[in-house]
Amino acid sequence: MTTSAAELKPASASRAMALPSARRLLLWTGLAVLIAWVLVPIYLVALGAFGGRLGVFRWPKSIWPADLSFAAMSQFLAIEGVFNALVNSLIAAGLTVVFSIALGAPAGYALARYTFRGQNAYRLLVLLTRAFPLAILALPLTVSFIRLGLYDTPFGVSLIHTVLALPFAALVTQSLFMGIPREYEEAAWVFGCTRFQAFMKVVLPLALPGLAATAIFAFVISWNEVFAASILTVRERTLTAYLLRILAESPLHYRFAGGFILIIPSVLFIFAVRRYLFAVWGIASK
Amino acid sequence: MPARTSWIPYALIAPSVVFLSALFLVPLVQTVWLSFSAGEGLSLENYQRMAGDLNFALAIKNTFLLTLVVVPLQVVLALGMATMVTKLDKGRDLVLWVLTIPLGISDLAAGLAWLALLQNTGYLNSALYALGLIQGPTGWLSQETPVALFFAIVLAELWRATAIVLVILIAGLQLIPKEFAEAAEIFGAKPWTRFTRITLPLLKPSLQSALILRTVLAFEVFAVVYALGGRNFPVLAGEAYVWQNDNQNYGVAAAYAVLIMAISLAATALYLRVMRTRPEQLP
Repeated sequence: MTTSAAELKPASASRAMALPSARRLLLWTGLAVLIAWVLVPIYLVALGAFGGRLGVFRWPKSIWPADLSFAAMSQFLAIEGVFNALVNSLIAAGLTVVFSIALGAPAGYALARYTFRGQNAYRLLVLLTRAFPLAILALPLTVSFIRLGLYDTPFGVSLIHTVLALPFAALVTQSLFMGIPREYEEAAWVFGCTRFQAFMKVVLPLALPGLAATAIFAFVISWNEVFAASILTVRERTLTAYLLRILAESPLHYRFAGGFILIIPSVLFIFAVRRYLFAVWGIASK
Repeated sequence: MPARTSWIPYALIAPSVVFLSALFLVPLVQTVWLSFSAGEGLSLENYQRMAGDLNFALAIKNTFLLTLVVVPLQVVLALGMATMVTKLDKGRDLVLWVLTIPLGISDLAAGLAWLALLQNTGYLNSALYALGLIQGPTGWLSQETPVALFFAIVLAELWRATAIVLVILIAGLQLIPKEFAEAAEIFGAKPWTRFTRITLPLLKPSLQSALILRTVLAFEVFAVVYALGGRNFPVLAGEAYVWQNDNQNYGVAAAYAVLIMAISLAATALYLRVMRTRPEQLP
């Protein structure tokens, strides 16, 4: 009877159960070490961010939080330029989301639903972007952006960030739309919808969660990008560009405060898209 | 799929083609052009200035050394993580979420997080002090301790960018049919044999993607290094940034950019060739 119960379990579960206890202990020890390895630096930078000037120089340090306060963080946010940089980061990332979805999703839909001449050339163009360090392209763009009045604007930064996020958005939405049966759309046509109406009423609602995940990835890509943002801005810096610029002369506790502010949204975003992470990257890495 | 080709797909891809042409292909050509132009006409002047720069040889050495150490370690570490996670039945999602958190963290923030740990009065030194190994606050990230600084950067890079390899490999593992390993198990193959004979070969396309992506990004490494060591550890992308922003010399910055692109392309071509997979080898 016990054997039949074991057979009913999925293969992976029965294999895990079959692991001898010593090996299970080893497995969980290994995982605990890895989890600590990921979380400890985040915890320590948080202590640095809330410990203030005195906390940074306390010696020797204790890994337990002691006299933490929001004072250090609010001081950091009150520095001239920090709030502006935060707003610029949000604007640039927001625009990157809009552009990469607006340009990438139609392309993904075309790749998923049509066979057309030049399809492979287009795919090659998208894949080619993978072989280049794209942020470097900000160098020549400085000159053109100055001429066009795009230099030192979050809009200009978002354009180069869209180059980073767009190929990703096109590939991911392609597979997203391939996963939605074409018959649904055809049924809507039969009932008198135009192609556009059919797309809006049938396909879009089904694609929405995946599109949201793609949007979050585009946001993170822009939020985190340092090189291009630093090259393309002087006064209207993004948070990363601002931090990079003040890095050499700013006191340690301000650096930690900045680092902590950069980390928090990222952690939340990864949590929000955790279900899509593997599907999305499985496709994007093709 | 409709048999006739209509104008619709072209209308759908046109905006992104225009965009990528304007902001990917044009700047690509411009970078190359910029790097060869000095005064009037074409010359190698920018490249000569780049090669003659004090930091140039060091930047090349550092960037290559970092890539050669970090990328293979990341692949091994990610393979280990992926294998461990697939053995889990409970708490798998939670563990995976935690392990992939660094994916969302910027290189700058990662550098700052490790700075909290490694700075003079930081937590590592406190621990070493408690163990009686050092007398007081000790600097690891200065010019006088290049080896320690190198290892600090390696640690921060491993911390930050192993998650992306892990995600790509797990996505790849999910595509391998379970029957293969089960069949091998029935024929008596040990875990290690199953791993090297079945999992690894079938994982080759994912490994290739991960390697290309990570190598290209590793040659672009910059903010982690800057956050931890300032300019004590010159790397190629950092030099490009300095020439552009501090020295206001776009030509030499472009020469650095072209060099980084050339190395990235060569690495990509190498991976594509060495790790070629024939269609019949795929599951």
